[in-house]
Amino acid sequence: MIQADLNIIVPEIVLALFAMLALIGAVYTSKDKLAPMLTWVTAVVLVLVAVWIGINGEGTRTAFGGMFNDDPFARFAKITMLLSAAAVLVMGQDYMSRRGMLRFEYPILVTLSVVGMMVMVSAGDLMALYMGLELQSLALYVVASIRRDSVKSTEAGLKYFVLGALSSGLLLFGSSLVYGFAGTTLFSGIIAAAGEGHAPIGLLIGLTLVASGLAFKVSAVPFHMWTPDVYEGSPTPVTAFFATAPKMAAMGLFARVLHDAFGGVVSDWQQIIALLSVLSMFLGAVAAIGQTNIKRLMAYSSIAHMGYALMGLAAGTAFGVQALLIYMAIYVTMSVGSFAFILTMEKDGQPVTDITALNMYAKREPGKALAVLILMFSLAGVPPLVGFFGKLYVLRAAYEAGLIWLAVLGVIASVIGAFYYLRIVYYMYFGEEGEALDKGKSPVLWVMLMGSAAIMLVGVVNLFGIETPALIAAEALLR
Amino acid sequence: MIGLEHYLTVAATLFVIGIFGLFLNRKNVIILLMSIELMLLSVNINLVAFSSFLGDLVGQVFTLFVLTVAAAEAAIGLAILVAFNRNRGTIAVEDVNVMKG
Repeated sequence: MIQADLNIIVPEIVLALFAMLALIGAVYTSKDKLAPMLTWVTAVVLVLVAVWIGINGEGTRTAFGGMFNDDPFARFAKITMLLSAAAVLVMGQDYMSRRGMLRFEYPILVTLSVVGMMVMVSAGDLMALYMGLELQSLALYVVASIRRDSVKSTEAGLKYFVLGALSSGLLLFGSSLVYGFAGTTLFSGIIAAAGEGHAPIGLLIGLTLVASGLAFKVSAVPFHMWTPDVYEGSPTPVTAFFATAPKMAAMGLFARVLHDAFGGVVSDWQQIIALLSVLSMFLGAVAAIGQTNIKRLMAYSSIAHMGYALMGLAAGTAFGVQALLIYMAIYVTMSVGSFAFILTMEKDGQPVTDITALNMYAKREPGKALAVLILMFSLAGVPPLVGFFGKLYVLRAAYEAGLIWLAVLGVIASVIGAFYYLRIVYYMYFGEEGEALDKGKSPVLWVMLMGSAAIMLVGVVNLFGIETPALIAAEALLR
Repeated sequence: MIGLEHYLTVAATLFVIGIFGLFLNRKNVIILLMSIELMLLSVNINLVAFSSFLGDLVGQVFTLFVLTVAAAEAAIGLAILVAFNRNRGTIAVEDVNVMKG
């Protein structure tokens, strides 16, 4: 019995053991001198676990009396998270070493937060949900303030901590009400207690509080205020991490809770999610216009993208979940490429985050500028790049679910949002002559940037076939 | 006779006091940490009250998890606060403003 349960969570156990062994090993040996090597080893381990999940995973299994699910949905999210976390670790290694902030704790904390995310997307119970979420969040608070001699980094950590703890509190209060009115913490029990049509009022209040707590984690408006400050204050490799794996995990958890625990009362939460989606899309598009710091700009961009992903969730159908998964996978790929570029922005070895520094970048480095152009167009959703297909999927999902007004507003927001992506391209190709940025020498960043841009171009053929796995995942969630 | 509603009322009141403490307090980050603790503990009252009302132990198990996580959360919060204080020389809430927003 227990053996069968443990077999199902082997990937999580392997990663947790790896993190603990690496911690002890590094403490008792040469500490921070080991950090670059440890970063690469961690990335390799993450990729291996992703491959292992991809090859070995089959069907739907539950462990610990339904507390933990291993289904195609969880596996899709896990592989996305593991691969993006590995990519971000590798990207940031050189940047952090040169500035003396690559401590050996960094890869270990990232691994632990990834374990938390894997538990989140597999949760089948309010307790598993909460423990996974906290394991992820506690590690992220520390990672945000990893540069402990910098005011900005520690302030980012402090802000993230206070608002993150508030969101955990809201989520927990909601969970306690759900438990009280459903009489169980298992999702399978909650969906039975909520019934079809409309949920009892106590469960409804609980659902609303849980949804607000999760909206914080995906940084949806009106719970977004931590995002720009945390993105700006954290070291850039950490920001890159925040923009990828945790977003996928929080979205996965959101879909898991709404469909697994409240799938019978779609009409009760559809309006909430649709409202979050509209507000996020518009605030993300409008507030980014005034930003000159590229990290803050990416923060608002991620808020807007979360709005589109929530549109897929608001549809409340299997097609909506499929659109959500495809959108998130595309978004994570684009983010990795964009941050690989932001990491190369340096002048005299110092990081530059002002977008006016990109003036006439295309003249000096035409190849990279072209890759950034493709990424920005893809982020804006310009056809025929891959980013456009992500938007097309969520818009279709909203349209087919009868949320035509939502789809129309989404198109309007994406037109507004295109402005600031195009402005970056404008600076690169038609800006005024200014001081040049350093020539980037890191081959890793070059590969990530070019690879991501190439995926945006080549992927238009068939999106690398992710539609089928996403469809299987979505159907497993709504079963 | 004290029933379930009374416990729920106390818990909800404490939770709201915690949220107000978080938003209205302009003095000190330590008070923010205390407010967060108040919110988490009010949830525990809720869980134990429901657990005893339903005759179901799961709520009390949940409470133990919440207590453990709250301790870890306080430890991390204080650690970040110490690091912030070393850089900035203050822990007043209005001085957490190097970045706008």
